Amino acid sequence: MSTDVTTDATVTSAALALGDDALVLSHRLGEWAGHAPVLEEEVALANIALDLLGQARVLLSLVGDEDELAYLREERAFTNLQLVEQPNGDFAHTIARQLYFSTYQYLLYTELAAGDGLFAPLAAKAVKEVAYHRDHAEQWTLRLGDGTDVSHQRMQRACAALWRFTGEMFQPVAGLDVDLPALESAWAASVTDVLRRATLAVPEGPRSGAWAAGAGRQGLHTESFGRMLAEMQHLHRSHPGASW
Amino acid sequence: MTNTDWPLWEVFVRSRRGLSHTHAGSLHAPDAELALRNARDLYTRRGEGVSIWVVPSSVITASSPDEKDPFFEPSADKPYRHPTFYEIPEGVKHL
Repeated sequence: MSTDVTTDATVTSAALALGDDALVLSHRLGEWAGHAPVLEEEVALANIALDLLGQARVLLSLVGDEDELAYLREERAFTNLQLVEQPNGDFAHTIARQLYFSTYQYLLYTELAAGDGLFAPLAAKAVKEVAYHRDHAEQWTLRLGDGTDVSHQRMQRACAALWRFTGEMFQPVAGLDVDLPALESAWAASVTDVLRRATLAVPEGPRSGAWAAGAGRQGLHTESFGRMLAEMQHLHRSHPGASW
Repeated sequence: MTNTDWPLWEVFVRSRRGLSHTHAGSLHAPDAELALRNARDLYTRRGEGVSIWVVPSSVITASSPDEKDPFFEPSADKPYRHPTFYEIPEGVKHL
């Protein structure tokens, strides 16, 4: 009996971690609505946001009531990666964040889909969506990196700025049975390949530090996350149970 | 939405195998690869298609409205050109 309880608790924390990643990044991408550089790209980003929201709903529903989890938890109860909560910045920042995260998510979901764990059915469905997210990020990285002087500079700056948040993706998560060292080397190989083809330098410097390693997964978040949550949650908190 | 210098592309979507591609609309994109992806996002998000073509709008040669009469008018009174005198075999859906 006690074994079952432990299993449930670890599955819950894994579902919460992956669900929060999807939910938070979905909200960030949704912030582009009405602000994207061109209409076509606005729809593309909104599509990706909606894919992620769908994944978040399935994952959070494994843990409890999806609305309560999304709208009524405090900042410290969220276990998403700090990478996904980073502000959109300019378009290059959004694309760099997409490249780093979708590459990780694609590799992770591919491995989960191949297994027979609780997440296998969800991962099998999501991996097709994520493959497109990854392709979208790669296409834009190539064009911005190998584009004009300005786009190259901005893309380089964005890749460097977000680099230090990428180590956290490979910290162990209870209940998530994956080969993390293999995942990390596959991620590094893939991202390095895209950056090289985009004529961008692979950022140097630590990918995690004493202050950052795994902190998002433990509920420690960066400054802008509180403001994002306030915006995401205020309607539900003001009008509990409101619906269309 | 700022103005861009991106060229215009025409999008053709095939909704099912066996049907031909149909004009779905147009969009802006910097190159063909991204035009294809934008078309996927704009015109097939509700499962409308199994195949997409994108064509630069600039390479399309269109008939002019001024030539409408010489182009199309003469065919209006030639019913024998319409294959309406055949019995359509049962089970043929897309004739």
